[in-house]
Amino acid sequence: MGKENKKIKTVPFHIVKRDPMAWYYNLLIRAAAVVAALIVSAVFITLMTQKNPIEVYASMIDGAFGIKTNNVDLRALRIWSLLQNVAILLCISLAVTPAFKMRFWNCGAEGQVLVGGLATVMVMMFCGDKLSMPVLIIVMVLASVTAGIIWAVLPAIFKSLWNTNETLFTLMMNYVAIQLIAFFLKYFVKSGSGVLSPMPQFGLPIIAGKDYLLNIIIVAVITVLVYIYLKYTKQGYEISVVGESENTAKYIGINVKKVIIRTLIVSGAICGIAGLLLVGGTNHTISTTTAGGRGFTAIMVSWLAKFNPLYMVFTSFLIVFFEIGSKQVSTDFRIPNAISDIVTGIILFFIIGSEFFLQYKIVVNKNRKENV
Amino acid sequence: MLSFIISAIRLGMAFLFGSTGETIAEKSGHLNLGIPGVMCVGAAMGCYAEYLYLDAAKRNAVSVLAILIPIAATFIGGALMGLLYSFLTVTLRANQNVTGLALTTFGVGLSDYMINKTGPIYTKGSKYFTTSLPFADDLGWFGKIFLSHGVLIYLAIIIALLTSYVLTKTRVGLHLRSVGENPATADAVGINVAKYRYAATCIGCGIAGLGGLSFVMDYLHGNWEYCIDAIGWLAIALVIFTVWKPNLGIIGSIVFGALYIASSYITGVSFAGKELFKMLPYIVTIVVLIITSIMDKKENQPPLGLGLNYFREER
Repeated sequence: MGKENKKIKTVPFHIVKRDPMAWYYNLLIRAAAVVAALIVSAVFITLMTQKNPIEVYASMIDGAFGIKTNNVDLRALRIWSLLQNVAILLCISLAVTPAFKMRFWNCGAEGQVLVGGLATVMVMMFCGDKLSMPVLIIVMVLASVTAGIIWAVLPAIFKSLWNTNETLFTLMMNYVAIQLIAFFLKYFVKSGSGVLSPMPQFGLPIIAGKDYLLNIIIVAVITVLVYIYLKYTKQGYEISVVGESENTAKYIGINVKKVIIRTLIVSGAICGIAGLLLVGGTNHTISTTTAGGRGFTAIMVSWLAKFNPLYMVFTSFLIVFFEIGSKQVSTDFRIPNAISDIVTGIILFFIIGSEFFLQYKIVVNKNRKENV
Repeated sequence: MLSFIISAIRLGMAFLFGSTGETIAEKSGHLNLGIPGVMCVGAAMGCYAEYLYLDAAKRNAVSVLAILIPIAATFIGGALMGLLYSFLTVTLRANQNVTGLALTTFGVGLSDYMINKTGPIYTKGSKYFTTSLPFADDLGWFGKIFLSHGVLIYLAIIIALLTSYVLTKTRVGLHLRSVGENPATADAVGINVAKYRYAATCIGCGIAGLGGLSFVMDYLHGNWEYCIDAIGWLAIALVIFTVWKPNLGIIGSIVFGALYIASSYITGVSFAGKELFKMLPYIVTIVVLIITSIMDKKENQPPLGLGLNYFREER
C-alpha cells in the first residue's frame, strides 16, 4: 500500500477554471497587473538612466498631458495629440474586433489601413483640384472604404472556400500594401525624394477650429455602432456563434461562409476609414510607416478588452499613454526612443499574463496523503 | 549572375535559420508571431557579445572564440525570448497571436536599445563570420557558390537537415508532431505536452535568433540595419512556402533570398518598379498558401493544433 502511494506523482497544486467573478475582483487583478508592469518598467528605466523613477513617471505623464508646462497651447496640443492617437488606435481595434470575435485572426489591419490611406491620398492628389469639397469627401470615403474592403475580403474568400490560413495570408497582405505605397511614392512623387508633401487643402474639414475633433467624433460614433452591431443585431449574434463553434453555427443553419465574408467586409471597411482619418484628417500625406504598427497593436488592444468596444476605449488609452509617455521620457532623459517599445512590451506581457488569474485559480493540494 | 546567386544564398540562410526555428515551434502547435522580435534580440545579443569580446581581447582575439561566443549569446538570447513566450502561452495559457505580437514589439525595442549602446557598426566582428575556406576562390564558379561562405551559412544548412531528420525520423520528432497535431491525444498516451512545447519553442527561438546574427554579420558585413523584423516576417512566410519542411527550406530560402534581392540586380526596371519587385516574396507566399489549401493534401497542411493552447481539463 505504502509503496504504491509513492508511485503516484503528487503535485503541490493544480489549476481549475474559475467561475465568473464579481466585476471589482476582475478590476483588481487588472489594476494589479498594470501596477506590477509599472514597477518593472520603472526598475528597468531606472537601471538604464540612473534617474529617480518618480521623475521618470512624472515625465511620462507630462508627455501625455503636459502637466509640467505652463504653456497652455503646448498642453492643449499634447492632450489633443493624445486623444487623436487614442482615436486612431481605437478605430483600428474596432475594425479587427468583429473578425476576432469570429476567431478569424485578421493580422492584416496594418495593410488594410495603409491601402485605405493610399486610396485617400490618390483621390486627394488626382481629384483634389477637380472636384468640389463635398464631392471630394464622398469620393475619398468611398475610395478608402473600398480599398480596405478589398484587402480584407480576399483572405476571407479563400478562408471560406478552401480554409486557407488567414493569419498568414493577412500578414503577407500587409507587406504587399507597404510595397504598393513605396511604389506609389517613387512613381508619383516627381522630385524623386520618395516623400509626398502634405496636402492639407484637400483634407477632411476642420470643425470648431480643432484639428482632430472630427476624427475623434467619427471614432466615437463608430465605437457605439460596433458595440450595437455586435451586441444587439442578428449579424452580431451570428458572429459570436461562429466564433464559439463553427459546427454549432452550421447546425442551427447559419451560413458560415457568408458570415465570414460579410464580417471581413465590415472589418475592412472600418480599417479603410481609419486610413482615411490618418491620411485625410491627420497627416495629409502617406508613407510606408503611416500606420506605424498600429495594425498589430490594435490586435492586442482588442483582445485585452475582451472584444468589448467600450472597454477598448480604456485599453487603447492605456497603450497610447505609455507610448507617448515613454517617448517623452526618451527625450527628457536622452535615452533611445526604443525605450517606448520596450515599456509597451513589458506592459503587454503583464496584462496578457494577468488574464490567467482571471480565468483560472490555483488550488493548493492540501491533505493530499489522506485523499490518496 | 554569380554574385547574385552568392548574395541570394547568403541572405537566404538568414531566412533559413528563422524558418527552421519557426517550423520547430509550429510543429509543437505554437504559431510564434514573435519570431521577428526574437531575431532582432538574437542579432543584438550576438553583436553585443562580439563587441564585448573583441573589446576585452583586443589583439589577442581568437577566431574560434570570436565566432562561438556570439553564436552562444545569440542562441541564449533567442531561447530566453522563447522561454518568455512559452511561459505566457503554456503556463499562463495566454493567446498565442497576442503574445507573439507583444514579443515582437518588445524584441524590436530591446534590440534597438542594445544597438544604440554599442553603435551600429560591427565590421570588425563580421570578418570572423565571413572568412571562408582559403582555396574556395581557386575552384571557379563551383567553389564560389558552394565553398566561399562563412561558417553561419553551413551551420544553417546543417541545422535545417538535422531538424528535418529529427522531426521525421526520430521518436522525439514523432512526439513533437503529435503534440502539435492533437495535444489531447498526445497527453493521453503519456507525452508531456507542456515540456515538448517549452523545449520546441525555446530551441526554435534560439535557432531563429541565429538568423538575425547571420543577416547582420554575414549578409550585411556587420553594418546593422533596422529592418531585421521584416526578415523575420519573411521567415514566417517561408515556413508556409516550404510546407513545414526544413529540408525543403534550404531551397526555399535561397529562392526567397533571390526574390528579395532580385530588384537590385535586374536592369531596365525603373526605380519605382523595383518596389513592385519587392512584393514578389509575399505574393509567392500567398499563392503557395492558397495552392496548398486548395490541394488539401494532408502532409502539406499546418499542424492541426497550431495556434491553440492546451488545457487538460478543457476537453
